[in-house]
Amino acid sequence: MRGSEGPALAFENVAKSYGGTRAVQGVSVQIEPGQFVALVGASGSGKSTLLKTVNRLVEPSAGRVLFEGEDVAGLPLAALRRRIGYVFQSIGLFPHMTVAENIGIGPRLAGQKIGTSRVSELLELVELDAEMARRMPEALSGGQRQRVGVARALAGDPHLLLMDEPFGALDPVTRDSLGERVRGLHQEFGLTTVMVTHDMAEALLLADRVLVMDEGQIVADEHPQALVAGGGGEIAQALVAVPRHQAERLAELSR
Amino acid sequence: MNGLWGALMGLGDQLAAHVLLSAAAIALGIMVALPLAIWASRSDKVARISLAFASLVQTIPALALLALFFPILLSLRSVFGEGLPTLGFLPALLALALYALLPILRNAVTAQANLDPGVVEAAHGVGMGFRQRLWLVEAPLSAPYIMAGIRTAAVWTIGAATLATTIGQKSLGDPIFAGLQTQNWALVLAGCIASAGLALLADTILGTIERGFRDRRRSLWLGGLVAVALGLGAALFAQFGGEDEDAVVIGAKGFSEQYILARLIGQRLEEEGFAVEYRDGLGSAVAHSAAASGEVDIYVDYTGTIWANQMQREDNLPRQKMYEQIAEWETANTGMHLLGRLGFENAYGLAVSRERARTYGLASIEDLARVAPQLTIGGDPEFFERPEWIAVREAYGLRFAERRNFSPTFMYNALRSGEADVIGAYTSDGRIEADNLTILDDPRGAFPNYDAVLLLSPSAGRNQGIIAALEPLIGAIDVGAMREANYSVDREDNKLSFEEAARQLAERAGL
Repeated sequence: MRGSEGPALAFENVAKSYGGTRAVQGVSVQIEPGQFVALVGASGSGKSTLLKTVNRLVEPSAGRVLFEGEDVAGLPLAALRRRIGYVFQSIGLFPHMTVAENIGIGPRLAGQKIGTSRVSELLELVELDAEMARRMPEALSGGQRQRVGVARALAGDPHLLLMDEPFGALDPVTRDSLGERVRGLHQEFGLTTVMVTHDMAEALLLADRVLVMDEGQIVADEHPQALVAGGGGEIAQALVAVPRHQAERLAELSR
Repeated sequence: MNGLWGALMGLGDQLAAHVLLSAAAIALGIMVALPLAIWASRSDKVARISLAFASLVQTIPALALLALFFPILLSLRSVFGEGLPTLGFLPALLALALYALLPILRNAVTAQANLDPGVVEAAHGVGMGFRQRLWLVEAPLSAPYIMAGIRTAAVWTIGAATLATTIGQKSLGDPIFAGLQTQNWALVLAGCIASAGLALLADTILGTIERGFRDRRRSLWLGGLVAVALGLGAALFAQFGGEDEDAVVIGAKGFSEQYILARLIGQRLEEEGFAVEYRDGLGSAVAHSAAASGEVDIYVDYTGTIWANQMQREDNLPRQKMYEQIAEWETANTGMHLLGRLGFENAYGLAVSRERARTYGLASIEDLARVAPQLTIGGDPEFFERPEWIAVREAYGLRFAERRNFSPTFMYNALRSGEADVIGAYTSDGRIEADNLTILDDPRGAFPNYDAVLLLSPSAGRNQGIIAALEPLIGAIDVGAMREANYSVDREDNKLSFEEAARQLAERAGL
């Protein structure tokens, strides 16, 4: 399945400035095929900007991004984006299209039509009823909408799944179950997944590698176990402290 | 009420022309506004400039905008050649399309600006190119707002299109202007009802399409579009189905005498087997250029008017000499053919009520000059701008206390009600006798002669059939007959239609 033997994704000295502000400052990191990577940081740390350089929603001011060995700057924009599954923070379903049309939009742009059985299959993957296919997005709950968003991202059989705060707008229960489901799909399809989140607990529980960003730079690159064990430095530990503290208080309550 | 019903029933032709003009103007407005809106959504500068321009256009009164296209198109003839029409459909279309621009553009720009940024990002993120984003996302999401703009534009355009009458385009303004001229309120009302009804109908149909877009109900917007198509089809058929392309076009300026004489000419031509069309309510200068360019084939003008306005002459010659010089001048300069004098004069004269004449001892304009500073003079909007008035004013040193503009019809009412003491009247007007008015003498001969003459466009002037049909009119109409005919349509009760008045006039003239 993989296009090359090397890393699925490589950032080489990627930087991005907006006017005077430097959102991303010379990031270099490689992501191996099949990894589930969480990009964690406070708002304004540059994590979303870095993610968007992959499918060129943001063009870097310097450096380059390699996707399966190819510089993304040299790839045709539309084709590149269709090869990458993308789940948006704002969900971004097209309000004038049915659920089935939303799911099929990527293949449709590539000139293919996906059939009802494929739509049903994708809906099933995200634990939605096949009947939903004919509904309009406005008739769905927030959680159902983001499930459709995930199904849309998977419709083009991507190797790479990018998620920009995918569960930020969802209630905790939905968030938890959809997170588990995405982790399952990642495994099932052998995806490489990069998820941006500000929630360290989510990152620790879902990812197998956590990159912590601060002021446009990666300040920690650890396995979840290492972070929980106290690694990764000060900034990373400040983020880990929040869920740890919550867990301790919950443990006290149950005594 | 019968009059109103009859007037309404007679409006089919004007209605069809009105529908086609409005639809064409809105369509042109859409064709300009939508690409501009797309451009504006990608550039703030374009958005600002185009919206500012469209707003500026809105501040120009519709009547002035329509009138401005005459000189604009006239100057464009040097680029597009002499065939470019300067009156009628084209200038009306351009002016109204400019008018329709603002609401469509503003709504389209607003709709684009208000698109959910999350949806726009998603459109980029799933790999849509410029065109795909436009057609698959931006257009369907903006459609209801754009439709609302088109709806506003349609209502404005249908209303403003009534003014197209003044530049020689058939519209529902025809009955309004003709009725205003002769105080025939049934005609005015019929025109208003028809155009308001048309606007309401268009608003309802376009509103249905808008709702169809908003609620994503295909049956609604498709049904609305079909209704629009059917309406346009019917109007097209009514306007062009079996229409005679070679119809002789008869022009008339915007007053009763002109309407009647146009019908008189038309009736004679129809008897000889010609198809005729009327262009009513033309301004004085517009009528002359329209005939020179061949858009109007025949109209009646007055020697003094051509002398002062077209030839820019300030001197005054005896009747026959002036006529001969005008005929020569037209042949040399416009190629038009002066067929002859109808036999009466419709001069400008200063009229006062007999009562006022007695009170102030007025018999001539010289007498008037003494008391003028205490008096108010009324005239039609053209009157005070005309070189003849300026000549008279200078010749007698006339200085009035106040100067007021009235439409020709209301001028007589103003004199009766005392809102004006003196009016610039027309000597063939039936109301001079009916209202007991005195026309003041002009001992210094400052007002030129105003013999009514038949003017033929260059091509009509070569048509022996037309000339043969119209020659009996030469010298056939005396001022008494003309006054009577004018009065028969201007009086308050028992008004005749222009056609009836023309028939009676023909009878009285022994034609």
